[in-house]
Amino acid sequence: MAETASDRPVVAAALGGFTPDVFARHLESAPSWWHERKRAAYSRFEALPMPGRTDESWRFSNLSGIRIDGFTPDAAPPAGTAAASAAFSLAAPPMLTFVNGRLASRGELPAHLAAKGVVVSTLSEAAARSPELLREHFMAQPQKLGSAKFAALHEAFIADGAFVHVPRGVEVDMPIVLIHSASGAGTAVFPHTLIIAEDNSKVTVVDHFHSNDTLGQFACGANDLYAGHGARITYAAAQCWSLETLSFQFNSTVVRRDARVQSLNLHLGARQARHESLSQLQAPGGFSEMLALTVASGAREFDQRTLQIHQAPNTKSDLLYKNVLLDRSRTIFSGLIIVDPDAQKTDAYQSNRNLMLSEDAESNSLPGLEIQANDVRCTHGATSSPIDADQAFYLKSRGIPEKAANELLIFGFFEEVLCRLENEELHAALRDLVRTRLGR
Amino acid sequence: MSSLEIKNLHVSTGDKEIVKGVTLTINSGEIHAVMGPNGTGKSTMAKAIAGHPDYVITQGDVLIDGKSILEKESDERAREGIFLAFQYPSEIPGVSIANFMRAALQARMAEGEEIDASAYYKRLYQKMDLLKIDRKFTSRSVNEGFSGGEKKRSEILQMALLEPKFALMDETDSGLDIDALRIVSDGVNSLRGPNLGILLITHYQRLLSYIVPDHVHVMIEGRIVKSGDKSLALELESRGYDWVKQELATA
Ligand SMILES: Nc1ncnc2c1ncn2[C@@H]1O[C@H](COP(=O)(O)OP(=O)(O)O)[C@@H](O)[C@H]1O
Ligand SMILES: [Mg+2]
Repeated sequence: MAETASDRPVVAAALGGFTPDVFARHLESAPSWWHERKRAAYSRFEALPMPGRTDESWRFSNLSGIRIDGFTPDAAPPAGTAAASAAFSLAAPPMLTFVNGRLASRGELPAHLAAKGVVVSTLSEAAARSPELLREHFMAQPQKLGSAKFAALHEAFIADGAFVHVPRGVEVDMPIVLIHSASGAGTAVFPHTLIIAEDNSKVTVVDHFHSNDTLGQFACGANDLYAGHGARITYAAAQCWSLETLSFQFNSTVVRRDARVQSLNLHLGARQARHESLSQLQAPGGFSEMLALTVASGAREFDQRTLQIHQAPNTKSDLLYKNVLLDRSRTIFSGLIIVDPDAQKTDAYQSNRNLMLSEDAESNSLPGLEIQANDVRCTHGATSSPIDADQAFYLKSRGIPEKAANELLIFGFFEEVLCRLENEELHAALRDLVRTRLGR
Repeated sequence: MSSLEIKNLHVSTGDKEIVKGVTLTINSGEIHAVMGPNGTGKSTMAKAIAGHPDYVITQGDVLIDGKSILEKESDERAREGIFLAFQYPSEIPGVSIANFMRAALQARMAEGEEIDASAYYKRLYQKMDLLKIDRKFTSRSVNEGFSGGEKKRSEILQMALLEPKFALMDETDSGLDIDALRIVSDGVNSLRGPNLGILLITHYQRLLSYIVPDHVHVMIEGRIVKSGDKSLALELESRGYDWVKQELATA
């Protein structure tokens, strides 16, 4: 169709502040090895439309909250920005700390891990050292959940990111903590974490996203998790952006034979947050455990879209997303389980539970199944319920005031998910973040 | 020395009146047993005094040391010294006994004060030993998967930690085998003293041979119809409630 004059404003709106000149300036600061991919990504971003009212994958989303103008990529952190003193109570020092997308500081990987070939580096460093790994795993999976445009934006504007590579058979005995922070009004960040756990390796990685101030930012992040045969990844992400931030986060998890990935996303920050999570169970024995906890308050919206694809027989996935809704907040959970024709003996589970602390809050659940094999076990369910009056009375009858009683019940509600973490220190650290959030 | 006065208490739930004018005064140091058949309004009275929102007090008053507590929320009443040992304690998944009790004690501290964790655990363990409760218990979720006896022991443990002025103990003996009954009764007896008044609700005399009351009241259809000393309980045991009902009918 020929472009008419009236189409142009629409196209402009579809780019927001990420216009060709802004992109050209970004390229000047990006390493040259990345230019080609970035140009291709920017073209996809330009070509794809903004999500529209009739897009099934954006059903119930507040589209008017998704404005991507007025944000600046590659913003230098304001003077005096402390190097991310995150209130995250883990003993392991952060291995990498990014401020506004660029590496600000790094911790030293213990010698015994370095000696075994474990690498925790920036993506730029990885591009020089092991370009083939990047080619194979960086943003290599399809975007199936509605945000292909924003994933392209991420790839076009990413400044740098974290790269974790665990060689075959190596077990990393401490959590690898990565901090991605944003500073300044209108800053756009594109955090990325790529985890490659080779066959029979084991690693725990923790991403902590947070703002160094209370200003409105735009975070458009992604992570790629790859678990080779028999590998085991535990991935926890604590999303603590400022409460004014617009946040997108796209996850891709690839699970190979007998591998196991456990991911837990804790959503505490942002004004509006969209999280897309794709698990591909590619070979027999693979298991993906997908967990999420959300605290929604004010008029915030948390929009979570998930896809569990069983591509091989004898694979397992187990999803449990729990939301706590306060005030006038909204949550959307849309989850699909796809079982390919030859993925017999699939065991897939999906559950979304909403605890409503306010009558004005709104939770939406859209569970779905597409099953093409006949010998499978798939269960899904969604519930939405207020605080149990008898439980609340029980707590109050011991002298605990309503606010503290609700808080205890929220922790109780979350505990089912948190206690799935094997690492108790991580469990406690995430609980502390929730406590801090509820205290606000 | 404190008093809990229940004055002409009427309680409704929905639009049904359940408690129809109960008057009773409990002084600290005293144990009052309230006995009566099932469905007579004993639990309703206890929950209404503790401030359960489903039970509406339509008439009468409840006072501690002469001051009405009816305007107060249930948590405030608890901090003023009311403790309800539930007939059916709620299960609260994911909340450990230790965190629960810590929050309850924290709520009794002055603004800005924090409870001393090591002193807290010391005290918690001491009370648990008294009630022969295993240490592992503290990390279990409140009442979740507890046996009947464990639930009741947990109620007494909470009472021991919170040191109320007045305890309303609702069928604390139900569901207990003889050993558990002895442990629970010993626990209650050890808390007995000049600073605690107890309203002991039961429909069996059995408990009252372990925890000997000063006064016994019979409640039928929302009213206290007869009061006496501990011998009344024995009489009820041998003659049943029908005897009281018949006495009422002929009176
Ligand atoms: N929450 C409630 N809603 C409706 N009816 C209730 C409720 N609680 C108690 N009742 C009714 O009140 C009456 C007294 O119950 P209850 O106080 O539990 O008696 P008791 O403890 O003496 O056995 C019963 O008829 C019971 O069905
Ligand atoms: Mg009862």
